[in-house]
Amino acid sequence: MKDSMIRGADIVVRSLIAENAEIIFGYPGGAIMPVYDALHDYHDEVRHVLTRHEQGAIHAAQGYARVSGKVGVCIATSGPGATNLITGLADAQIDSTPLVCITGQVASHLLGTDAFQETDVLGISMAATKWNIQVRRVEDIAPAIAKGFYIAKSGRPGAVLIDITKDAQTNFGEFNYSKCLGFRSYKTHIPVEKTAIQEAAFLINMAKRPYVLFGQGVVLGQAEAELKAFLDKSGIPAACTLLGSGSLSEDHPNYVGKLGMHGNYAPNMLTNQCDVLIAVGMRFDDRVTGDLKRYAKQAKVIHLELDPAEINKIVRCEVAVLGNCKDSLSLLTDAVKANAYPEWMAQFKELAEQERASVIDPDLTPTKPGLTMGEVIHQINKYKADDAILVTDVGQHQMIAWRYFNYKKPRTQVTSGGLGTMGFALPAALGAQMYDFSRQVVCVVGDGGIQMTIQELGTIMQTKAPVKIVLLNNNFLGMVRQWQQMFFDKRYSFTELDNPDFVKIAEAYNIQAQKVTERGNLQEAIEDMLIHDGPYFLEVVVEKEDNVFPMIATGCSVEEVRLS
Amino acid sequence: MKRYTIFVITENFIGILNRITIIFTRRGINIDALTASESRLEGIHRITIEVTASEDTVIQLVNQIEKIIDVIKAFHHEDENVVYQEIALYKIPVSRLDGGLEKIIRQHNAKIIAAEPDFVVLELTGHKEQTQELLEILKTYGLLEFARSGRVAVAKRMLTIDSFVK
Repeated sequence: MKDSMIRGADIVVRSLIAENAEIIFGYPGGAIMPVYDALHDYHDEVRHVLTRHEQGAIHAAQGYARVSGKVGVCIATSGPGATNLITGLADAQIDSTPLVCITGQVASHLLGTDAFQETDVLGISMAATKWNIQVRRVEDIAPAIAKGFYIAKSGRPGAVLIDITKDAQTNFGEFNYSKCLGFRSYKTHIPVEKTAIQEAAFLINMAKRPYVLFGQGVVLGQAEAELKAFLDKSGIPAACTLLGSGSLSEDHPNYVGKLGMHGNYAPNMLTNQCDVLIAVGMRFDDRVTGDLKRYAKQAKVIHLELDPAEINKIVRCEVAVLGNCKDSLSLLTDAVKANAYPEWMAQFKELAEQERASVIDPDLTPTKPGLTMGEVIHQINKYKADDAILVTDVGQHQMIAWRYFNYKKPRTQVTSGGLGTMGFALPAALGAQMYDFSRQVVCVVGDGGIQMTIQELGTIMQTKAPVKIVLLNNNFLGMVRQWQQMFFDKRYSFTELDNPDFVKIAEAYNIQAQKVTERGNLQEAIEDMLIHDGPYFLEVVVEKEDNVFPMIATGCSVEEVRLS
Repeated sequence: MKRYTIFVITENFIGILNRITIIFTRRGINIDALTASESRLEGIHRITIEVTASEDTVIQLVNQIEKIIDVIKAFHHEDENVVYQEIALYKIPVSRLDGGLEKIIRQHNAKIIAAEPDFVVLELTGHKEQTQELLEILKTYGLLEFARSGRVAVAKRMLTIDSFVK
């Protein structure tokens, strides 16, 4: 053996360092132990965060990736370690989050024999990953990691899983790392077609009531400035999807609000009155469109999209502009006339006023005794930093926080959009905070979701990540309860929770905690939390049976959005 | 609903077939037949899938197949635009052989490719309609076993794999 040869496990770690991975979230176990042994030698170059569960590790990696724009990295062992990653893989894949997950696997001679902690991770993860591979030979480790990083972050980002057998980790090989720069079966750059831009500009220039819907493609394509420039010149009103939030400041004059089931009133209603619909980096999720048979039928649709498989998948478009919206938006900005639509814009404002009077004011400045989720977010807005990151879980609190949080900067929104994973917020907030301790990370979570990954308070304790956790406690699985109230005759089947003393739990983890039950104490508690140096846990007991409105019920059209 | 042939040109990568079939499974679409083989170029495989679906659905399937990292190209054709063949084997007991069967074999251009003491094996190559017609007839001759391949097909248009592999 040559002196230059190193263990496969060292190759794994040195490859990660070569990809500029600065932090790894993970959990050790038998089949990944050689890599953990190697990590011991490199702790000056790459940081490892030990979570309390593999699901926590992958959600933390997602939170880190979403805030940083870099590839999130997580490591787990074979068998249960790997299967615990599946929810996070599916979540990252559907929300286009770049991840590289490395799992240990039993030694190659044991593959297929039902060995201890053996599962067919390749098979199980196939439907939840952009790409996956099993590495059985030491010489294949570095090329697999190089390819994995390239695939995870290029094109439409996604989740990659690399399964490495234990013998590949312990065998010795040469380490010559070369980054992957592309390969023939995978095209990442789609040049924007000029004719598509011309056709799109023609439709836009003729339009009386054009309307822009923007999604996470703007964030992923780093096209925030291009979107703003396009809107500035074209004067077209624009609404965002859940994951598009933050890519345009909510103070922008063209910004008209949020789309979807619990989005704003005007943006949903007027989807069915525009004449040209310009979809930018969004995929017409069913939570955005409602009943497709009655969705924007009057409009000619222009779709700016990177992923060819999204074109005509849900909504048939008149003009497809393939490519990164950073490129297509700037070409389109040059091609459209400077314009303004005062009457059209006034329609948005009029409906927004209706929403303000019947939903927003009662939510933010309630007169009834019970605390609302909305007023909590309202108070957070008053004291938060402009670049504060909001991490939410899934359910009523998620929709309320999204509706009322004042987004001003890109990459300040971290939530589980496509998959709707309860338990996402706490570990994702940890991951977001690990990227930058100086940023405010506010984790808004419900009493149901927090209990799915509450063990990660331990990771917050150990890392001292100064996450501000705001638990909105209504002692219910609130969103399901709302549906039971509205669509199942108030038959509250298994949605009421007998909860533990959350403050005691937080304090047991050495995290400063406070509980608020009265409106009079809310403002001060939020101020205390946000100026506190270190992690903080604030439980706010809110009204038990509040509902989230506006709402487009399942099967309804966007114009059937209800205010109550 | 129409019958389509989907061609997939892929790298020879472990699990690629699984990744492709998952796309059909997710949408609850049945694959009528599937064949996989090496292509003219080393290291590149071609998979031919026969499916009955609407054109919209087929386009979406093809787009999603092409999105798979190790797929080089995927496209679809209606039956008129492909040249295709299937092969069928029929096992008939010797005890049922008679003059009528000889006529049938001649009429259908089938071949006897194996003769054992107890049975003979007939082979017919052609479109599914042809092999199906013979199947129906041979059922009355005590057919012991029947097997039919998926289609092997080439597109009629003058495009070669080389143009996709750069």
